[in-house]
Amino acid sequence: MIQAIVFLPLIGALVAGAIAIYGAHARNPSGDEMEHGDHGHGAHAHASDAHVHDDHGHDDHGPIEPPAAGSRAAEIITTALLLIAAGLSWVVLVDVGFLKHDARVVLFSWINSGDLNVNWTLRVDTLTAVMLVVVNTVSSLVHLYSIGYMNEDPNRPRFMAYLSLFTFAMLMLVTADNLVQLFFGWEGVGLASYLLIGFWFRKPSANAAAIKAFVVNRVGDFGFALGIFAIFMLVGSTDFDTIFGAAPGLTGKTINFLGWNADALTLTCLLLFMGAMGKSAQFLLHTWLPDAMEGPTPVSALIHAATMVTAGVFMVARLSPLFELAPNAQAVVMLFGASTAFFAATIGLVQNDIKRIIAYSTCSQLGYMFVAMGAGAYSVGMFHLFTHAFFKALLFLGAGSVIHAMHHEQDIRNMGGLKDRIPFTYIVMTIGTLALTGFPLTAGYFSKDAIIESAFVAHNPFALYGFLMTVVAALLTSFYSWRLVFKTFHGEPHDHHHYEQAHESPLTMLVPLGVLAAGSILAGFPFKELFTGHGVGEFFRDSIKNKPDILEEMHHVPALVAYSPTIMMIVGFVVAWLFYIRRPYLPVELANQHQGLYKFLLNKWYFDELYEIIFVRPAKWLGRFLWKKGDGFVIDGFGPDGVSARVLDVTRNVVKLQTGYLYHYAFAMLVGVAGLITWFIFGAGAR
Amino acid sequence: MVTWPILSVTTFLPVLGALLIYLSRGDDEIAQRNSRWIALWTTIVVFAISLIMVWRFDASSTAFQFVEKTPWLGQAINYHMGVDGISLPFVILTTALMPFCILASWKSITVRVREYMMAFLVLETLMIGTFSALDLVLFYLFFEGGLIPMFLIIGVWGGPRRVYASFKFFLYTLLGSVLMLLAIMALYWNAGTTDIPTLMKTAVPRGLQTWAWLAFFASFAVKMPMWPVHTWLPDAHVEAPTAGSVILAAILLKMGGYGFLRFSLPMFPLASHDFAPLVFSLSAIAIVYTSLVALMQEDIKKLIAYSSVAHMGFVTMGIFAGTTQGIAGGIFQMISHGIVSGALFLCVGVVYDRLHTREIAAYGGLVNRMPIYALVFLVFTMANVGLPGTSGFVGEFLTLLGTFKVSVATATAATLGVILSAGYALWLYRKVVFGVLDKPQLAGIKDMTFREGLILFPLVFLTILFGIYPKPVLDMSAASVQQIVDNYARAVTAVKAAAVLQ
Repeated sequence: MIQAIVFLPLIGALVAGAIAIYGAHARNPSGDEMEHGDHGHGAHAHASDAHVHDDHGHDDHGPIEPPAAGSRAAEIITTALLLIAAGLSWVVLVDVGFLKHDARVVLFSWINSGDLNVNWTLRVDTLTAVMLVVVNTVSSLVHLYSIGYMNEDPNRPRFMAYLSLFTFAMLMLVTADNLVQLFFGWEGVGLASYLLIGFWFRKPSANAAAIKAFVVNRVGDFGFALGIFAIFMLVGSTDFDTIFGAAPGLTGKTINFLGWNADALTLTCLLLFMGAMGKSAQFLLHTWLPDAMEGPTPVSALIHAATMVTAGVFMVARLSPLFELAPNAQAVVMLFGASTAFFAATIGLVQNDIKRIIAYSTCSQLGYMFVAMGAGAYSVGMFHLFTHAFFKALLFLGAGSVIHAMHHEQDIRNMGGLKDRIPFTYIVMTIGTLALTGFPLTAGYFSKDAIIESAFVAHNPFALYGFLMTVVAALLTSFYSWRLVFKTFHGEPHDHHHYEQAHESPLTMLVPLGVLAAGSILAGFPFKELFTGHGVGEFFRDSIKNKPDILEEMHHVPALVAYSPTIMMIVGFVVAWLFYIRRPYLPVELANQHQGLYKFLLNKWYFDELYEIIFVRPAKWLGRFLWKKGDGFVIDGFGPDGVSARVLDVTRNVVKLQTGYLYHYAFAMLVGVAGLITWFIFGAGAR
Repeated sequence: MVTWPILSVTTFLPVLGALLIYLSRGDDEIAQRNSRWIALWTTIVVFAISLIMVWRFDASSTAFQFVEKTPWLGQAINYHMGVDGISLPFVILTTALMPFCILASWKSITVRVREYMMAFLVLETLMIGTFSALDLVLFYLFFEGGLIPMFLIIGVWGGPRRVYASFKFFLYTLLGSVLMLLAIMALYWNAGTTDIPTLMKTAVPRGLQTWAWLAFFASFAVKMPMWPVHTWLPDAHVEAPTAGSVILAAILLKMGGYGFLRFSLPMFPLASHDFAPLVFSLSAIAIVYTSLVALMQEDIKKLIAYSSVAHMGFVTMGIFAGTTQGIAGGIFQMISHGIVSGALFLCVGVVYDRLHTREIAAYGGLVNRMPIYALVFLVFTMANVGLPGTSGFVGEFLTLLGTFKVSVATATAATLGVILSAGYALWLYRKVVFGVLDKPQLAGIKDMTFREGLILFPLVFLTILFGIYPKPVLDMSAASVQQIVDNYARAVTAVKAAAVLQ
């Protein structure tokens, strides 16, 4: 069954990919001649226009392109396979979580060299089963949604192929039984993310965002890879069970890392966490996530909200036996998580692009999850991952529905009053917002409160910081979420043309929204005991190693702490209501009074500019410098060019350049060989 | 056992093909066609025969196999051939890539076709000979002789600056080969033989080890090429015709790595150990330096050439780490790079044949008209980046893993290459393939033909196959690698123990 869950999406991806490439090939014929007889040099640029027989050829005009052949078939195949996989995932969750049938399927060997032994293995324990459910449920709904959302796009088979490919890579990631396979899935989802962000490859901004996402993730992967090497050096294996078995014996060991005598476990965990920071867009490595919104909205929902970006959280949870032994690393995790939760929320306050607001919200919520990880309450972090997948996917898909209705308008300043035009979208977006802000009894309420409590009781240098930041972030979250709802759905329409034309989305889009809305409410209470209560030990068993007693302590926090997120949520709602419904001039005045702060937030704390100055430009400058000066001036100048200039001076008039060197060379070689042989014969004779 | 000299047949059959082309005189259309077909069939048959070797090869043995030995020159020099787990992968790589090179030159070479095909066939003989020679003099002949046809290929069928490129090539290699010749003589003086298997078992005095190591290093480092003697490579690649670039990147560069594995590590273990920090430094510098330089290139072939230097940095680093994963990874990285970089140059050739320029700025938006090409190019770009699931990952991962144990700093610096490679490779892909196809000269471009697909699809298959199942290559060399590692470790620990005793 587990093989089916993992490989059905791959089959879907291959089939849809074959359809896509077949269709694309049919429209773009082969040939090594240029279409017009003159080899197409610039002088005859007009020639292509003169040839009218090839009306499919000029598909760079976008909209006039006919849809790819077999679009419907590709959509149905991929979506059906994903729905099957999603159904099976729930079966597995019950089978593993409650009936305790953990499984390990070894497929075949991958990399074997000396004592390194890496196999392709599918590991299913409760942690994996939870992720399987999250990934396949959201993915299948996004597949379904995309049928409606991408309706006008001519490249739908390719889109579906990428989505299924992503799902496959993500499943390989969550079922990994060793660090190397985890890394395979890790980079595989990175590839799919790259392809999907750049799906509209004619847009320069989409291409730039795709590259940025890949390269920034690679910065994190740099740490991840070093972490794997360090673990292999310490343990001699990359299999999780071997690592966890050997981990207690590693306490107190040190590694000399670039002159720093580091505690082995702390260093390893920090390096691995660097990978998690990249994938999960944590503070300092977050810059790619907002730009990733260039991709189609279903992609943002699936990859950049519900699944891929949570891979970092999953990784830390998977390695919880390791992190539990490295309290200093945990402190760093909490520091970064709390900082991200706060920092991303502040930026979310002032953004105007509907998708970017939700993207910063995602960033902030991922910070929450890491706070729980840092506190040692891994199951609590996983709980938020689980609930967040539903309501954040809902918010993104709802935003997609708004964008769809508004004909690809994304600026909330041009929206307003849409609640009467698209009531269903309005309702589900409100449900998603309630869940995100932690309205009592919604899914987010249970998981977010638990995280804040866990931060409060954590034994960690940054526990208080984590607690304060998450509480403040709860206030900010509530504010920017309601701001989004009010500006989009309430008030007066700002763009009457689009407003008049706004229409509710087709059924294929509304059904996923409905299901996710139900999930945003139901994913909380029924699972509360399993993730944060007394059922944790029975449910997760060995797949997660919580800090002992932390869950128990969480149940005994002061009442004020327990209620603080709810209070913050109400305050945020009231302020947003005041700002955007009651007194709409207030935010403008506030922005004018605090220009500096407003600009600072609007420009995302100037991180893109900062990185441009300290990384991108120096790298380019250094590259050019090394090329022109290093290679060109120093090495060539003193090496071959300098020597050749001298040689040329001597031989210019003697030897024909064209062939001279070859004969020189052959001659030199022959003389050498002749000398050698002579010497051998005489040398041997002399003995 | 084999009753016929399979290794000699594999080695010298291409020369026979060249002779056949030579005998079919004339330079008309028919003669050109015949020479193409003769070359193609010769390389295919050679490949088929080399596959018999794979089939009969005993991977569990560390001994040389398919050995042939007959007296040749004087009393000391024998015609001695044989392969083990280190050299067989390279022999197969050579024979496997040759048919692709012939096919890639099918239409793009129109002048002096007969001579071109002959040059390639002779080159094949010399390359196979280099990897299977078991006598130093024989090795030297093959090793240096291989440069002559390569020279001709660049010099006659190359681009506008071919003279400069070949001259640079010449200057670099001359120095190395002279020094290597001296070292060969010194080794003979020491052991009284030029027989490689014997020399591998002969202890070389410490002082001689140092000098001989340096002399061999000079030659192999240029061939690799290692920083700072790499500057001939970008020029040679840019000027060479497509198939020439493929052979250069895929096989000629591997001779340096092969040399380190065959001579430096087994024969001069102590010197190798002493100089390992030097090699580490040069490798780490090469990876970071050339990756940065690659970021700024404006010529597609130059960019790939610089990325080749970076990838070879992983190989030298892994080899001199002296660990099982490092050396196995180095071999795998060389095989993988042979496939991937060869394929990348073939990809460049596809568009070069259509547009006759290598300027990155001349392209853009190819995916609009060349979807299959875009897919194929993507696979090799990702392999170049070292994405897990492609063969590029396995080699990089193993070399880094093997080096980390020995030198954390080197592995850390080298891992930076992982970030930079993503930068330059994706940037190239974006500039060439993505975007709007708005350049008028591109408007009439067409997708890959069947012939081009025939060249590239098998390589796509191999790239992904070895990415998820590298076992065939790793297993073939595992026993021999283990032997090198054991001998190396034994020699080094013995000296250390002696030092402690004193």
